[in-house]
Amino acid sequence: MTPLVQVDGLTRRFDISKPWLNRVLERESRQFLTANADVSFEIKKGETFALVGESGSGKSTIAKMIVGLLAPSEGRIHFDGQEMDFASGANMRALRRRFQMIFQDPFASLNPRWRVRDIVAEPIVTFGLLQGADVAREVDRLLEVVGLSAADAAKFPHEFSGGQRQRIAIARALSSKPEFIVCDEPTSALDVSVQAQILNLMRDLQDEFGLTYLLISHDLSVVRHMANRIGVLYLGRLVEVADAKRLFLEPQHPYTRMLLDAVPDLALSGRRRKPVLGEIPNPIDPPSGCAFHPRCPLAQDICKADTPQPSVTPTGQAACHFAGKIGEVA
Amino acid sequence: MTGGKMQEPLLTVRDLIVEFPTRRGTLRALDQVSFDIAPGEVLGMVGESGAGKSLTGAAIIGLLEPPGRIAGGEIRLRGERIDNLPPEAMRRIRGRRIGMVFQDPLTSLNPLYTVAQQLIQTIRTHMDVSESEARKRAVGLLDRVGIPAAARRIDDYPHHFSGGMRQRVVIALALAAEPELVIADEPTTALDVSVQAQIIDVLKEICAERGASVMLITHDMGVIAETADRVAVLYAGRVAEIGPVRDVIQHARHPYTAGLMGAIPTLEQDSDRLVQIPGAMPRLNAIPTGCAFNPRCAHVFDRCRAERPILQRAAPNHHVACWLTEEGSA
Repeated sequence: MTPLVQVDGLTRRFDISKPWLNRVLERESRQFLTANADVSFEIKKGETFALVGESGSGKSTIAKMIVGLLAPSEGRIHFDGQEMDFASGANMRALRRRFQMIFQDPFASLNPRWRVRDIVAEPIVTFGLLQGADVAREVDRLLEVVGLSAADAAKFPHEFSGGQRQRIAIARALSSKPEFIVCDEPTSALDVSVQAQILNLMRDLQDEFGLTYLLISHDLSVVRHMANRIGVLYLGRLVEVADAKRLFLEPQHPYTRMLLDAVPDLALSGRRRKPVLGEIPNPIDPPSGCAFHPRCPLAQDICKADTPQPSVTPTGQAACHFAGKIGEVA
Repeated sequence: MTGGKMQEPLLTVRDLIVEFPTRRGTLRALDQVSFDIAPGEVLGMVGESGAGKSLTGAAIIGLLEPPGRIAGGEIRLRGERIDNLPPEAMRRIRGRRIGMVFQDPLTSLNPLYTVAQQLIQTIRTHMDVSESEARKRAVGLLDRVGIPAAARRIDDYPHHFSGGMRQRVVIALALAAEPELVIADEPTTALDVSVQAQIIDVLKEICAERGASVMLITHDMGVIAETADRVAVLYAGRVAEIGPVRDVIQHARHPYTAGLMGAIPTLEQDSDRLVQIPGAMPRLNAIPTGCAFNPRCAHVFDRCRAERPILQRAAPNHHVACWLTEEGSA
């Protein structure tokens, strides 16, 4: 079976050079920030694939490229076997109905001057899915699906709490009957009790409508709860991809292991949290070889010289010269 | 209230009421909040947004934003009242006897001054030492909070430091005058998990070393679990439960705390659904009569709607504001 989403060698560079005149006067060359380098993965139909990483690891850039908000510098994205052609408006428009996005901040993602009815109906109207009274009926139905009431359609976003707004955003995402939803930190602006409501809702909707999710989050506990498979990003590169449960039991990449060790121990099991060494380097000037080598407890000379390519591990894949051996060394 | 302890508490907060007069009536943001902090103790303060965590901290250090005001109760530092001091006297306590660490290290450091200038000024404001002695202390502090090459980096400006390093500088600043109490308001919320662990460790160690008590305000139960000795759970401006961390986390007695704990996905347990507390925290102008949690509580009975539960002893050192506690069923 072809995967629903297939990403090959995705790379995105941003030009962060100074203005032309400054470059001429100060004799500086152009500068690029590589937000993502050579990222490849696939998402199967009906699964939740999660991307985790710290700030600056390029999580959101990948999300934007997959939904077509940003064109990749290199690499290809296939959706349901069809290549996304960023140059062709018609091609993108046809694909766009089939995927939607839920953003982090429900205060920014909903237009404050629109009524909930219009916000939720926008994709239906834009794609011409329904006409006339059917639109209003569909909006009412969607609001009830996400746990609001039909009466809320006449209200404005400011009349709702953060959790309720995120429900509105989910209703809007569902309105074009998409197959695939990209959720970029959907709960990080919410309190834990509300986060639980939204995560449960997302799961219920997945079961009901057979949705496929790409979940982007910095919170490992959320990711573990929601995902079937997880990709770990570090400085724009995918360092490990593994089955969710096994990633936490048998991390293959030293960075994954470090991230896991840094999660606070809420169960008070006595697991000591190991403070991590150092910080994420500046992506404008990433370290040579494996970008993680300055913080890695296992780093050898080869790590400084060569960028490791992903290799197959028992749990998935990992880009480390010592993948699968970290248990022996540490 | 903590009872049984021979040691006099460092900070005592009794029936603290904070109100905001508005055109549509007075909003009560903190309602009879009481707790103690013992010398050398780390007290965690958790709650969701709007529960009054930060406001409690602001009231203690006398930095309530007008028109907010303390409308009742008292705050004592080593037995001496500090809630009604004139601004000049309070200014001498702030920084000197109570240090502060805020959430965003970028806004708590002045971008126009070097770290050295800010640290030296703080030290010399509160202590009678020479410029060179102050500088020596400042370098020592930076070194202690883990800034590499402190003697050189001290002359850098805040923007030269990364987020985690800046928060270390803020901790150094908070501890510069050797305060007895440090109020840390979401000190790690703006940081990545890997850096979060480092900052929590530094804060905890350095306070323990100097015998300073810490009031740690956070929404993150994980941080509380590994840092605090005792924890107070706030809900709608009231203390719902207060007790030793282990007791509160493993044997939560208040239905709100129990719900909150169940709502957090953890790395250790597998569950298909998270515990979900229905609804959201009430707005300040619509706090229900009786127990503020009663509309969301699964165990609600008539008394909860009529009468507000007071904090009562449920176990040694463990107090709960719930009518169920009195009934003996927890």
